[in-house]
Amino acid sequence: MYGKGLRPLSLITAASVALTLVAALYWAPNDAYLGFLQKIFYVHVPLAILTLCGFVAAGLMAIMHLRTRDSRWDMRSYVAIHISLIFGVTVLITGSIWARGAWGHWWVWQDPTLVSFLLVMLLYATYQPLRFAIEDPELQARYASVFAVTAGAFVPICFIVVRLAPGYVHPRTLSNINGNLPGRMQVVFYLAMISMTLLWVTLWRFEMTAKHVAAQIRRLRGLLGEEDDAQPVRRSAAPSLTHAGSPS
Amino acid sequence: MAPLPLHTAGPYVAGAYIAFFLIVLIYVAIMASKLTRSERTLTELTERVEQRQRGEEDDG
Repeated sequence: MYGKGLRPLSLITAASVALTLVAALYWAPNDAYLGFLQKIFYVHVPLAILTLCGFVAAGLMAIMHLRTRDSRWDMRSYVAIHISLIFGVTVLITGSIWARGAWGHWWVWQDPTLVSFLLVMLLYATYQPLRFAIEDPELQARYASVFAVTAGAFVPICFIVVRLAPGYVHPRTLSNINGNLPGRMQVVFYLAMISMTLLWVTLWRFEMTAKHVAAQIRRLRGLLGEEDDAQPVRRSAAPSLTHAGSPS
Repeated sequence: MAPLPLHTAGPYVAGAYIAFFLIVLIYVAIMASKLTRSERTLTELTERVEQRQRGEEDDG
């Protein structure tokens, strides 16, 4: 089910990312203040927005899991957090590179935007160890969902508090006062937003397909009687699909 | 502050874009290798199920 339409989606995503890259580097004008260095913004900002949105989406999926007890929602939430963590690491790396060029420092501890993003990342870095620490799959899924909901609620609160903070050095991208983008820069920014969203969705579906296939293999092995009872059950942080055979 | 000249800003921009593409590429490569392995296992299991079904039909 998850693999259906993945190939055209991947092709569209690859094309839109390539188009964004070309538009950002060759079509968007250089920033008057930061010059060519500002081009990092077209990959850094959409990735940061998507990371936070991904965490919130994972929280919503976790709510669905807690409401329905359907393990597929737990899997969706798990994969959403995984992809968002990967995006988040990219945000930290690209942000640090930008900071080095713009401010002369890889990291500025005084800035609430940077530190709060790092806090969110560190919070979500405990998600996998939390899952791994719980052996019972049912209990693991429930605790992980409670974590995803709580942490997901923390993300927008953290974002709003940071926006209200008076002392910051990190630029504001979509502010009504002095951060709005002019003409072509805005077009490229929204193009980058679309392509990064497509990338997030494609990677999410890619991983969901892989998990779904793995669950089907386990189910087939069970039907064939190949499961070795003598072997201890391997502990895993990944959710186990109990409805692997049913359509999603 | 004057904007950084291209020869100074270029490596930073290149570094950021390369880091982004590298991370995505590594992830996709890991997932693709997992999917290929799973596909192989699925084919093997399907063949075994078919063999078993044929065997049951012959017995019946």
